[in-house]
Amino acid sequence: MGRRVLLRGGRVVDPAAGRDEVADVLVEEDRVAAVGPGAARAGAEILDCEGLVVAPGLVDLHAHLREPGFEHKETIETGSRAAAVGGYTAVAAMANTDPVADHVAVIEEVRALAARAGLCDVFPVGAVTEGMRGEAIAEMGEMAEAGVRLFSDDGRPVPSARVLRIALEYAKAFEATIASHALDPDLAEGGQVREGYWSATLGLQGIPAEAEEVAVHRDLAMARLTGGRLHLCHLSSARAVELVRRARAEGVRVTAEVTPHHLALTEEALASYDANLKVMPPLGSAEDRDALRLGLLDGTIDAIATDHAPHAVEEKEAEFDQAPPGTIGLETALAVVLTELVEPGILTLARALEAMSTAPARILGAGDHGGPIEPGRPANLVAFDPGATWVVEPPFASRSRNSAFLGRTLRGRVVHTLLRGEPTVAWGKPTR
Amino acid sequence: MKRHLLSVNDLTASDVVRILDTAESFREVGTRVIKKVPALRGRTVVNLFYENSTRTRISFELAAKRLSADVINFTTSGSSVAKGESLKDTARTLQAMGADAIVIRHSSSGAPHQLTRWVSGRVLNAGDGTHEHPTQALLDLYTIRDKLGRLEGLRAAIVGDVLHSRVARSLTFGLVKMGAEVTLVGPPTLIPPEAPQWGAQVSYDLDAVLPKLDVCYLLRVQRERQRQRFFPSVREYARRYGLTRERVAALPEGCLIMHPGPMNRGVEIDSDVADLPRSVIEEQVTNGIAVRMALLYLMLGGAGEGGGA
Repeated sequence: MGRRVLLRGGRVVDPAAGRDEVADVLVEEDRVAAVGPGAARAGAEILDCEGLVVAPGLVDLHAHLREPGFEHKETIETGSRAAAVGGYTAVAAMANTDPVADHVAVIEEVRALAARAGLCDVFPVGAVTEGMRGEAIAEMGEMAEAGVRLFSDDGRPVPSARVLRIALEYAKAFEATIASHALDPDLAEGGQVREGYWSATLGLQGIPAEAEEVAVHRDLAMARLTGGRLHLCHLSSARAVELVRRARAEGVRVTAEVTPHHLALTEEALASYDANLKVMPPLGSAEDRDALRLGLLDGTIDAIATDHAPHAVEEKEAEFDQAPPGTIGLETALAVVLTELVEPGILTLARALEAMSTAPARILGAGDHGGPIEPGRPANLVAFDPGATWVVEPPFASRSRNSAFLGRTLRGRVVHTLLRGEPTVAWGKPTR
Repeated sequence: MKRHLLSVNDLTASDVVRILDTAESFREVGTRVIKKVPALRGRTVVNLFYENSTRTRISFELAAKRLSADVINFTTSGSSVAKGESLKDTARTLQAMGADAIVIRHSSSGAPHQLTRWVSGRVLNAGDGTHEHPTQALLDLYTIRDKLGRLEGLRAAIVGDVLHSRVARSLTFGLVKMGAEVTLVGPPTLIPPEAPQWGAQVSYDLDAVLPKLDVCYLLRVQRERQRQRFFPSVREYARRYGLTRERVAALPEGCLIMHPGPMNRGVEIDSDVADLPRSVIEEQVTNGIAVRMALLYLMLGGAGEGGGA
């Protein structure tokens, strides 16, 4: 008999199975063997989970792991470790590496590095266009044969509606999804923060919310035209949420994500000129934040995705308009969601976990992840203490420390992460 | 007063009065044969200029020297990124050299704010990007008060590219704080729609505004912005918003004409208008030294530390 671990007495919240009750979870080797009050077995190593929440391992649709090409910001290994520490068992790695992940060779390299690290399942995202130049579609078919389900030029929009149309149409052959960084490049050109009172007062070039809305409208139109599967990355504007809501009602095949920072923070925080708060799309108004929360609540927005975007200290300590946009997020996402949304009663714990695990696993085609926690299923699990408070500060598992939440006190800390039964995090510490 | 001067909004109305009154007493120093007082002897003021600005740098340099401070000029062009040393590293270096005050001019908005995180000395914003230029606003307030005897209740227009003007922001905040009425005038593409939240009014029609003014303040047309075509041509701008002879005739008698310099003669201001007696553009420059002396004195010397005017 192989290794047995009993997660004893935790509150099992499994959105995929509709379960929310105190129960034991028995893991044998790499699989769940039993769930319920009578799951205990002789000889099992016991992890006391009383007071903890046991849930499917989190799944991130949107992380920049930076390797190959930008290893001074992050590597697959450090990014995977950050993911594990944050409770993730699966992460989609964006394609804007150097070289761009627009060929199977890069996809395979990312997979191999992830397998060597062994801390998290990494799903490489393929580029939509060659070199992410926005001109001609990449060899999506071959990448799809190699298992890629999600394609994106994230970091920049696909500038041409025609090219996006072709990509959405072409991807139908293998039921892949095109994830769009929806921002009109011309309207957004040179912009630093959301346009409005704060951009005007701080003298920082603004990006109007309409830059996102115009692009979302276009992308939805192309999805409607082609019948292809569209995923909208990091929504930030209230009217964009409304556009998605209407398109879904019409049957357009669209899914959407929102980041923890857009759910928690608003533009007035930028009065400090703290470049860690410079993100793309930029932080919006309180009305936008509230609409994003509502969209998550009513299912218009499927998933919470980190847009984990590590940058080196010296890159972020530049002048605000010189600093690259982005915040790290893998290690804080769960705690931000618990602190800002679940604790105040805006979102139920089950819906929050669905948006961070079950829904993104479905969009990513990551069938081994996102639950249900049932006998025979791969044991990709997280156990966290929803009451533990901690201060966001270095050191991080990530190679970078550009967190928009630095200095904040958050509630909720990961205690155990299991990847196919193997602990990647034990008692709050990465196992390797 | 606050520790640093980053924005006019760091000052209360009584701070402004105190600065202007102090400047008043320093102005006399500039008329002496020996234009120097020992107020800041032994103090080190660094002029950290990431952007070429001869007039502001010289004004600060003279102000510090007239107060007997040691002055170091550190001039470079472009961002820290272009320079290859981060703003933080430069700040730390100046800190290690014992700078008591750093006067910073930078092409990036917010650079002075960032500097305060890394140095223990005082930081004075000498113009940051399209954000603020508080010492310019203070010298403008000084000049207006000097010429018209008050600030409260005055009607001022600030004309031009408000969106990209650090002078416009600081002066608007300063005038509103002191109880003046401010109208921002320019093409709609160059006036932020949120300007009323600053306490200012907005007009797109200069001719409608002119007859009621006590102060007509013209902003420099920044030709480099013209790449983005916020207005069709410099020619059309001059036609709609330039202060011509004819427009001056519509101004009430005694209305001041002001400009932060350097002027584009023939664009925002006609050449002979700039040279009219009611144009106080040169006095603005002269007063700049006294106002900067007052700021350095109040921020570094304090009232009780000997010297004075």
